[in-house]
Amino acid sequence: MRRVVSVYLPHWSTDRLRRKTAKPPPDGHTAIPPLITAIPDHGRRIVAAVDAGARALGITPGMTVTKARSFAHGLDVIDADPEADSAGLRRLALWAGQRYSPVVAPDLPDGLWLDITGCASLFDTERALVKDLHRRIAAFGLSVQIAVADTAGCAHAVARHVPAGRPVTIEPGDHRNALGLLPIVALRLESGIVEGLRKLGFERIEQLIGTPRGPLAKRFGRTLHRRLDQALGHVPEPIEPVFPEALPRARRGFMEPLLTAEAFGQVIADLAADISEQLIKTASGARRLDCHFHRVDGHSQAIRVGTATPSRDSRHLAKLLAAKIETIDPGLGIEVMTLIASLVEPLGPGQREGLESMVRRGPDLSALVDALANRFGQRRLYRSTPHPSAMPERSLWSASPLSNAEGAVWNADLPRPSRMLSSPEPVDVTAMLPDHPPAMFVWRRKRYRVAQADGPERLHGEWWRDGGVEADRPYTIRDYFQVETTEGGRYWLFRLGDGENPATGPMRWFIHGAFA
Amino acid sequence: MHHATVLAELRARIAEVEGSPTHRATMPFGVDALDRKLPGGGLATGALHEVAGSPELADDASATIFLAGILARMEGPVFWCLRWRDLFAPALHLAGLHPDRVIHVEAGSDANVLLAMEECLRHPGLAGVVGEITKYTTTASKRLQLAAETSGVTAFVFRRASKPEVVADGTAAVTRWRVAAAPSVPLGIPSLGRPRWEVALERVRGGNPRRWIVEGCDAQGRIGLSTALVDRPAAAEDRQAAA
Repeated sequence: MRRVVSVYLPHWSTDRLRRKTAKPPPDGHTAIPPLITAIPDHGRRIVAAVDAGARALGITPGMTVTKARSFAHGLDVIDADPEADSAGLRRLALWAGQRYSPVVAPDLPDGLWLDITGCASLFDTERALVKDLHRRIAAFGLSVQIAVADTAGCAHAVARHVPAGRPVTIEPGDHRNALGLLPIVALRLESGIVEGLRKLGFERIEQLIGTPRGPLAKRFGRTLHRRLDQALGHVPEPIEPVFPEALPRARRGFMEPLLTAEAFGQVIADLAADISEQLIKTASGARRLDCHFHRVDGHSQAIRVGTATPSRDSRHLAKLLAAKIETIDPGLGIEVMTLIASLVEPLGPGQREGLESMVRRGPDLSALVDALANRFGQRRLYRSTPHPSAMPERSLWSASPLSNAEGAVWNADLPRPSRMLSSPEPVDVTAMLPDHPPAMFVWRRKRYRVAQADGPERLHGEWWRDGGVEADRPYTIRDYFQVETTEGGRYWLFRLGDGENPATGPMRWFIHGAFA
Repeated sequence: MHHATVLAELRARIAEVEGSPTHRATMPFGVDALDRKLPGGGLATGALHEVAGSPELADDASATIFLAGILARMEGPVFWCLRWRDLFAPALHLAGLHPDRVIHVEAGSDANVLLAMEECLRHPGLAGVVGEITKYTTTASKRLQLAAETSGVTAFVFRRASKPEVVADGTAAVTRWRVAAAPSVPLGIPSLGRPRWEVALERVRGGNPRRWIVEGCDAQGRIGLSTALVDRPAAAEDRQAAA
């Protein structure tokens, strides 16, 4: 199932200029003057783009600058630079291509396309990917609206016509319903066609879907239904991805379209060998590879794999790619395959050494780590390392599985459970205050009688976190007890609060894990 | 004594008929009472073993450290395949398994854990692979056993929250263990002593089921035989069988 993200940057030109001049408002109280860009048009100047402030005043693109000035006195007018706009958009697309998906293209004049089919696993879920994309673009200082749907046309329409303020997800298969509710103008049609349809009484796309095509096509031409079919997914709308220049790449075109996984595997091996030769020339290795499959019917698909350390071992790279061939739907056949090393790093001195050093360092885990990471996602593979924190749940960090082992360990004097609940669960406890361990507790409707206990181990809140905010919060003290039940089970319980002063916590009890 | 030699010879011949190598490398627990009951004097390496706790979290926690102790005494990296993130690495370290040796794989589902385990088992040189799952099929266990035999990497299926009364399906695992927390010896001061576990060997190829009360792992991953062993009915049964 194809999934496409459309990114809409409603104030791209002006946001870009603001970002470039980087003039932050002096103290947030002084209003920033509204900004517009202007282009010459038949001897006068008309408005090309407006920022949010100017739009709120009623200034719209296409209006003359003279008229626009009459809306606001302190209007900032800058000459439009469409070339710089599209160059900037291309840079943004390249950035997104590195981070989110092998198939990203600028959607002129003010948007991006991302084909994220099969990419969601790197972020756990599609929702997480889109959220991350939204957050980062917004952090660049750009206003942004994002939608994700099964077709490019649908995502494009929703991104521009559903101002939700957060990413909008059209669930797989729902694109027809979602489109139906949108106005005709969402189909990316010329204003003439939209105007003509409106005169005939067409307002929303569902009316168009339910109307016989012949008469409409005669009157408005084929564009109308092509746009409709693209949005509905009846005809392909490939996204032509952009790449940085000068990346190692290899391409094969075929006289006879390929259909089988074996054939793809063969070609991938050839392409990987080509890439590997190019990498050897530059003394570098690939950290990421994208393989694009172009189908006879115009669809294109891509697979992306990553490596934990730079590699130019063509057999290893081909094997990683081959593990993902099953995600490719060849349709009527693949006519072109392109392999691009989209992230390249110089090979470290250690990796150029011979076999001897490999043996000394123990088994080479990179092949295994890469295979697992490409299947389950990079974040699902980690080593645990200590992280200085007073709170046990924050006392470990996930380090990359192949990063240099630090050798650091936790304090061996502190008992720690082998199974920890991701969030502590409340328990009903019978205990004497202030510092007696529980005599009995009820957890998940089961009653546990405590035979022996250790503790308390007092943990104080981390007042230095969040700029000292936690110091003002009442819940800053946890008293941990290690208890053994009459059956021998050992659990980790804590009380919020010191047991005497109510300001230190509500004296409620929680279970946080179990010991061996 | 004579009986013992005859039995050992018979076992070797049965093993030959079964086609399993008689001189498989083993990893002793260092506790004679346990090692004596295991063919080869310890846990077979390059083979599949099953370990279960119980639906009680404390029993699963004990089984976790039982595994950590075994892996702590083996050489090489460990891949620990999880369904969700509740394994707390500091405790593994307390049992002698250094965190730098353990790579966690959060695979998400039983099926994915099995896939990850099989992938790991193709790489010789690992100390061991642990996979935490709730259910798996006989076929899956055969695949894991075969993969473990081929690469020589020891595989552990950790059946999470597994109910003791549910009889497990046929499995190709060489041994099947169940670990449960047992009351420790009161020290007489308000502090906990060394934890104790009831370790049951539910199934072993070429041996009989047993159960022991042992003391939990020390900082080098070694378990100890409880001093109170003679007072336990399970121990009495054990002595009878050995006599």
